Amino acid sequence: MFTAFLIKYAEIGVKGKNRYLFENALVQQIKYALKKCEGEFVVRKTDGRIYVDAVSEFDYDETVSGLAKVFGISGICPMIYVEDEGFEKLGQAIVSYVGKVYPDKKKTFKVAARRARKNYPLNSMEMNMELGGMILDAYPEMRVDVHKPDIMLNVEVRDKIYIYSEMIPGPGGMPVGTGGKAMLLLSGGIDSPVAGWMIAKRGVKIDAVYFHAPPYTSERAKQKVVDLAKKVAAYTGPIYLHVINFTDIQLYIYDKCPHDELTIIMRRYMMRIAEHIAKETECLGLITGESIGQVASQTMHSLMATNEVCELPVYRPLIGFDKMEIVEISEKIDTYETSIQPYEDCCTIFVAKHPVTKPNLNIIRKHEKHLDEKIEELVQTALDTDEVIIVR
Amino acid sequence: MEVYLDNSATTRCFDEVARLMHQIMCEDYGNPSSMHHKGVEAERYLRYAKETLAKLLKVNEKEILFTSGGTESDNIALIGTAMANHRRGRHLITTRIEHPAVLQPMAYLENQGFMVTYLPVDHEGKISLTDLERAIRPDTILVSIMHTNNEIGTIEPIAEAGALIKRMNPQTLFHVDAVQGFGKFRIYPAKMQVDMLSVSAHKIHGPKGVGFLYIRENAKVNPIIYGGGQQKGMRSGTENVPGIAGLAKAAELIYEHLDEDMDRMYGLREMLIRGAGRIDGVKVNGCPGREGAAHIVSLSVRGIRSEVLLHALEEKEIYVSAGSACASNKPQTSATLKAIGVEKALLDSTIRFSISIFTTEEEIRYTIQALEEIIPMLRRYVRH
Repeated sequence: MFTAFLIKYAEIGVKGKNRYLFENALVQQIKYALKKCEGEFVVRKTDGRIYVDAVSEFDYDETVSGLAKVFGISGICPMIYVEDEGFEKLGQAIVSYVGKVYPDKKKTFKVAARRARKNYPLNSMEMNMELGGMILDAYPEMRVDVHKPDIMLNVEVRDKIYIYSEMIPGPGGMPVGTGGKAMLLLSGGIDSPVAGWMIAKRGVKIDAVYFHAPPYTSERAKQKVVDLAKKVAAYTGPIYLHVINFTDIQLYIYDKCPHDELTIIMRRYMMRIAEHIAKETECLGLITGESIGQVASQTMHSLMATNEVCELPVYRPLIGFDKMEIVEISEKIDTYETSIQPYEDCCTIFVAKHPVTKPNLNIIRKHEKHLDEKIEELVQTALDTDEVIIVR
Repeated sequence: MEVYLDNSATTRCFDEVARLMHQIMCEDYGNPSSMHHKGVEAERYLRYAKETLAKLLKVNEKEILFTSGGTESDNIALIGTAMANHRRGRHLITTRIEHPAVLQPMAYLENQGFMVTYLPVDHEGKISLTDLERAIRPDTILVSIMHTNNEIGTIEPIAEAGALIKRMNPQTLFHVDAVQGFGKFRIYPAKMQVDMLSVSAHKIHGPKGVGFLYIRENAKVNPIIYGGGQQKGMRSGTENVPGIAGLAKAAELIYEHLDEDMDRMYGLREMLIRGAGRIDGVKVNGCPGREGAAHIVSLSVRGIRSEVLLHALEEKEIYVSAGSACASNKPQTSATLKAIGVEKALLDSTIRFSISIFTTEEEIRYTIQALEEIIPMLRRYVRH
């Protein structure tokens, strides 16, 4: 029955002179999301609001879940339009609306009329009273509550009359593309997709890098990462996924450095490579899924050791999160099921039984010197053979 | 050189089979139940397939039931028998090294209140007839034993088991999962006193999604799929005509030169076992020589995880499987390897090579060479 949606946005509203930029980005993102939905839509910006009008038959559930993935939207209100054919007709329309949307009538309600067109014969107060009365006549079980109604029935007099009462929450945040771009270090785990999602939610466009170590990690492990990127891309738009072959670098480190420092040194090279690609692709920062103390390479000491090789800021949105909190978000954004598929990623294959948890930077730097002979060449080869997969 | 050595997982389809199926899908596509000419034509393919398969097994064509493959055949044999005979008894016997297509229905039946005895096997994967004899009871309604093990290629003593079962309890039905054995051996269920036999097409260069179950006439088995009453009500659903015709054609072709083909495959197997066995820390699982199937070689490689070795071979375009591919996309340790007593450190270090009639000597030589190169290289990098 609904034919349109009123899109509510939270934070954009408070932006000053840049407001139009945010609104335009949001309109763009909404159009992008709707492309995947059955039906044709017009997205319009009028009176400081964004409306989505369906101009053909459309799949309501698909459309709502598509819109619910657009960052910047705080709420989606399904709406109907009524032509202004006199107050009597409007009353009938409202009564029929309530009849259809609320099969269970044991509810309290309030009519909230608003007139953008002030020449309407009744004023807002009169409309509220008259329409409320008609509803009570039609459905005697319903009660009016002007303070905390179950149903807030919005009636807006504009070019047509707009009626809406429900709001489906959106993901919040800001439209992707308003905040620059960042490079996500994406593994196959639970954390990194969530980290990427969280930063993207603040309006940041995301690209990603994955370190592949054949034959130690399988093609299915890589497919899993592509699948994860796809899940995140449902929110962020297309992701350029860089697949870096890391095997030779890893084996070289294994040959030359103490094994309990393997993970730290390996991660330092991952950061270096990720930063290199980030800079080349105009990213303004790196994103990782690290959270303090989760594993040996994520202690404060280890984070300091991996952090020091980068110039770009490293965003770690999960830094203070517990695993359960991360799992909760990953379930919400539908990456959890994919993340727990049992394919090994390159971080775990050579991991020592007791990796250092408090690496000493001076010692790490000294041991990295052992790699001087060949490491630059290996890193260069890895960068040269970067495979870019566009994930949408 | 691409070397496909995962033929126990599935095989390349015979060109002739694919051509025949294409013709049936695009030209002779009628529904065998239709009354018009197109239907009659389709039915003719079914009849021909039944005749072909019945002849190969030396059974009556009424005793062939087409299914969607090995798994469904096993399910009908187990669950269908249990449902039809539960008033007579609620005890079943199988082995510890069966395919999940047998073990899982057994687990289901256990949940339904049936009792299942799992026979142990020796270090080569063979059951003991004494164990079997001891396990058979007056209320045993079914014994299910695989013909050829899918992970290590061991052949079970089917004829001896058949004779023993019928001597101990003539009422007990005997099911054999011959998914890995059909097309490698001449199998005559009637002579072996087998009541039911499962076969899959895609293991013998036929198409996926089709197979059959031999059910001896008068064996009491209930259907597990109900509907339009096709195949005398035993398995409803429009028959997979192209698949069934492909299955029969593949069976015909595979048995055409069986003896020469098997001699050649045993030669290749021997070559691979010798070549790989020479490499330090490599152990061959299962039965040597003609005691084992011609197409399966199981190797345990100390110190290297099977998944890593598999992918390293893959880089050289050699395709093998870790344990049993049908069930091994989840990294679980294999029940078969455990049952034959493979030591714990080697459970996750075992890979399976399986050859087919298309495998060449050159491919095996290339594979041995690759193993000689890869194994020492991978051993340098291990977890600590």
